[in-house]
Amino acid sequence: MAASSVSSGSETERQQQELEDTVLLLFSAFASASSQNTSLLLELWREEHVQYLKRAFRGLGTSYSVLDSSRPWLCYWIMHSLAMLNQPLGPGMDRRTIDFLSRCQDPNGGYGGGPGQIAHLATTYAAVNTLVTIGGEKALASIDRNEVLRFLIRMKQPNGGFSMHDGGEVDVRGCYTAISVAHMLDIMVPEIVDKVADYILSCQTYEGGIGGEPNAEAHGGYTFCGLSALALINKVNTIKLPNLLNWIVFCQGKVEGGFRGRTNKLVDGCYSFWQGGVFSILQHIMPELNRQQLASITPLYEAWNQDVASSSASSSKVTLEGSSEVSPTSRESVEERTAAGIPADAEPRATDGTTTDHQPTGTSPMYTHREDNRRGSISELVTAEQLFPVVDRNIKRAPISVTFEELEDQVSETSKEAKDGAGNTNQAQLSTVDQILNENEQMLYGPLYNAHALQGYILLCCQVLDGGLRDKPGKSPDYYHTCYCLSGLSQAQSSASHRVNAPPPPKAVLGPYTNLLEPVHPLCNVVLSKYTDAIRYFRHHPFRRVP
Amino acid sequence: MAAAVVAEGVEAGLDFDWSDVEPVPQNDGPRPVVPIAYTDDFREAMDRFRAILAKDERSPRALKLTGDVIALNPANYTVWHFRRLVLEALSSNLLEELEFVNANAEGNHKNYQIWHHRRWVVQKLGKDAVYQELEFTEGALADDPKNYHAWSHRQWLLQELDDWSWELDYCSTLLKIDSANNSAWNQRFFVITKCPSLGGLHQMRDSEVRYCTDAIKQVPANESSWRYLKGLFLDDQSALVKDPLVSETCISEIVKDSYNVPALGFLLDLVSAGFQPTAEQSEMLQKILPTWVTPSELASALCTLLETVDPIRCQYWAWRRSLLPLAVTVSET
Ligand SMILES: [Zn+2]
Repeated sequence: MAASSVSSGSETERQQQELEDTVLLLFSAFASASSQNTSLLLELWREEHVQYLKRAFRGLGTSYSVLDSSRPWLCYWIMHSLAMLNQPLGPGMDRRTIDFLSRCQDPNGGYGGGPGQIAHLATTYAAVNTLVTIGGEKALASIDRNEVLRFLIRMKQPNGGFSMHDGGEVDVRGCYTAISVAHMLDIMVPEIVDKVADYILSCQTYEGGIGGEPNAEAHGGYTFCGLSALALINKVNTIKLPNLLNWIVFCQGKVEGGFRGRTNKLVDGCYSFWQGGVFSILQHIMPELNRQQLASITPLYEAWNQDVASSSASSSKVTLEGSSEVSPTSRESVEERTAAGIPADAEPRATDGTTTDHQPTGTSPMYTHREDNRRGSISELVTAEQLFPVVDRNIKRAPISVTFEELEDQVSETSKEAKDGAGNTNQAQLSTVDQILNENEQMLYGPLYNAHALQGYILLCCQVLDGGLRDKPGKSPDYYHTCYCLSGLSQAQSSASHRVNAPPPPKAVLGPYTNLLEPVHPLCNVVLSKYTDAIRYFRHHPFRRVP
Repeated sequence: MAAAVVAEGVEAGLDFDWSDVEPVPQNDGPRPVVPIAYTDDFREAMDRFRAILAKDERSPRALKLTGDVIALNPANYTVWHFRRLVLEALSSNLLEELEFVNANAEGNHKNYQIWHHRRWVVQKLGKDAVYQELEFTEGALADDPKNYHAWSHRQWLLQELDDWSWELDYCSTLLKIDSANNSAWNQRFFVITKCPSLGGLHQMRDSEVRYCTDAIKQVPANESSWRYLKGLFLDDQSALVKDPLVSETCISEIVKDSYNVPALGFLLDLVSAGFQPTAEQSEMLQKILPTWVTPSELASALCTLLETVDPIRCQYWAWRRSLLPLAVTVSET
């Protein structure tokens, strides 16, 4: 590999180039394949992944001893992956899992990393999500909600955060796992919610993302945890969303298509969910994001008004958008106008895998004018952004007509939830949670990232032929990365759905349509139908707090 | 098993008698899922540990045992937690405990439990241990300059001290080696905003703008330095707009390289915050951007350019454009 002509020789740059070279080779091989092979290459190797996952459930090798305190996690990663692949393990395995997890319950509340281990918030989250994924009376009734609540309250810290276990570390993971569990089990009491938002806000960095604790670097995992926790308690309006978005959009690698966890780090398959998932949440809170963005560009409005006044409104300026639109008179009308969306003339680009004409090849994010001669004999190098352009550039979609019955369902569903909701549904508007739960809710906004490029990275760079998915080429697969690559893939596919839990249009699914995974709940990361069942179950079994 | 050896050293070669302890096997049930093929050593140590934990025996042999178990699985937070209870009960020498943790640190720099334990030990030891511990983090960061836990630990340590303004030099050193080390930039931001003796962001802003714009000139498309520059004005957008060094750096980098995405994005943020280029700057920008009249048209032109030169983010730039107050008068009049 010839050295880059502009490289500063820094370690960051060296690693980035090495990965780009690997990915470019993979993408280029793909681009030069015949169209028949192309669809083969983009296939999700379902059968292989299912076998890989099922193997682990029966038994793991000695090297897994280091995960001996994460066994509920292993259950969740595997069960959830199989649920997304629509390949449940069957009633026998379900019963065994319920039995095993009940042995992980700590007598003092919550679930530990294995039988006899003290309760931990992360494994409690994993156990609850596993049982929700199994679903049904036996699984859900096996959870001692009073004991879980007692554990959550014991972990609560004066600063609003949560300790991961007795005497454990306090960070944003704690907020998310505690809040998600409380939400799922419908035990969201005020003591749990108290000051959580303050703690998470104190972790938003100057970059815009969220760090693990105050002053720590913005990080994909913690950003998902923070934003998701805020959405679950309906407090997304308290965080600076435009800053968060500006940070996270830059975490998508233009060459790789996948997401990096931090600025100037390498992309990694698991961030397909942690970072990609943030975009799914944003899709549900676009009005708030728009409101904040408009507020943040106030000086521009003021400057604009002055200019318009001085240069007289009659001057006929050519619109840069090339489409005629109503001139805004107030911020509200601009918001409305946004609703009309991105101009229709912004047409989708070619998806045939050939090089498009508007961008130099193989540019690293650091050195935008990197010369390509270092690539030597490789002639056709193709990046993710060239190979997988955005197919649907409409951010705001036209509402689709809703039938009368659907509307009625929607209303009854909504009022029921408002009635049953735990403490925080006192608003006239639907809460974020209810919007996601409501299957008739229209998804009026498309994703703000390139969901195709992400799918390309997952399918071409993260799949392993023997089954399982991985961090990046050259790494071995593992259950954690399998779970989060698939979760990210599912979200990327359904980001183009026009309605929650409705199948996305075929063009939104990269590769054959059989790649389509079950949709997942963007905040709790369990399969959506499993989530809905669990929520219904717990709301029909009202929680009685035992003091 | 280096750690177990060290643990033995701590206990001065004592060989403990375990004959009175009935091992407690793991309550896995008849047909567990995700069973792990433990080695005999692993199973034996864990069976013994469960017995000790059940008895809540806080003894020297219990301490030795926790060390053995940690060496087998350093992610076992239950063992770490119990170890702390034992250390307290025995009033153990915590400097020796740091030695023990060091011996286990090898290859476990991403383990939450070890770093949390370090924090606990240093908290007990007080300020005396802080400098030694800072040195340890420097070692860890030499291995991996972006180790998240090491940086968090270091921040926590620094806040135990009164004056740590020298940390700014440490950041400079690391950034000189690798200006794309975003963790070092983040640390730098922490220092200038939180170090009491430096006087805070307002005191530091001018000198940091100089430092950062110099860094940008050296590596113009380094996203880390552009983000830092914006961060310096997080609380004061009007100061951002007014600082000539900021806008000059930004525009001159764009003129040098009109594909510099972080610079173009920065200019968009500048304009959105109310910045209006001078006549001379406008002339320079005319070469790469279509004509504009209002600031919002300039912002729109930047979005359009970014949609082309940065297509992976075209949705984002289109969204930014869609929220601009565009003057569209042609069809209206
Ligand atoms: Zn990963």
